[in-house]
Amino acid sequence: MLRISRAHWQALIDHAEEEKLKPAEACGLLAGELGDMDVKAIYPCGNAAPEEKQDLIYEVDSGDYLRADRDARANGWDIIGVYHSHTHTEALPSPTDIAQAPDPGWHYILVSLRLPTPVVRSFTIVDGKVAEEPLVLERPAAR
Amino acid sequence: MPVEVRLPTVLRQHAAGQSSVKANGSTIGEVFDDLVRQFPLLAGQVITEDGSLHKFVNVYRNDDDVRFLDKLATPVEDADVVTILPAVAGG
Repeated sequence: MLRISRAHWQALIDHAEEEKLKPAEACGLLAGELGDMDVKAIYPCGNAAPEEKQDLIYEVDSGDYLRADRDARANGWDIIGVYHSHTHTEALPSPTDIAQAPDPGWHYILVSLRLPTPVVRSFTIVDGKVAEEPLVLERPAAR
Repeated sequence: MPVEVRLPTVLRQHAAGQSSVKANGSTIGEVFDDLVRQFPLLAGQVITEDGSLHKFVNVYRNDDDVRFLDKLATPVEDADVVTILPAVAGG
């Protein structure tokens, strides 16, 4: 299970929609405390894949990743996952996503813009096996 | 001449769970040799069998990706921070 704030959830969708205009897949990193289920920060990253392929694949920009890792460590967090968007397919990890999943402990969030209403889902990928996990929206702060 | 080496979560299981370790060497390659001496389970995780940098990791000396410097021959000094991160990509 992964818990995310409404602001972060909206930011993932906004990033995906912005990149779709290029068209490109959006990608970024998730930070939190290891072993905890809360996303504490999201770091939108550049897509470093070749420009003509960015609507089909993504590569997290390595400089953006370094800056995200530093900021997360400075806050006592770690990078605990990655998000990316699919502009025209479902919010499911593709065979490429599964084959290239870098960390069995990570959360993999997919944002699909295939339908007019965006779909956001979260998965774990361990030894090539994909399992969906509940993605829980944090309650809004009490006023 | 120890430098700090920052490890991503996926490699920490091979380094007694530590997120950052000290290693000695005057180049990135020497630092990795020392790292593997200290933590033999890290062998093959960063350097391939033929002795080059694994394509699934990015290695930085401070702010710079060592692929754009001198790769494993990139010199390091005392206060440098070496960061290892997985290459993150998909479709």
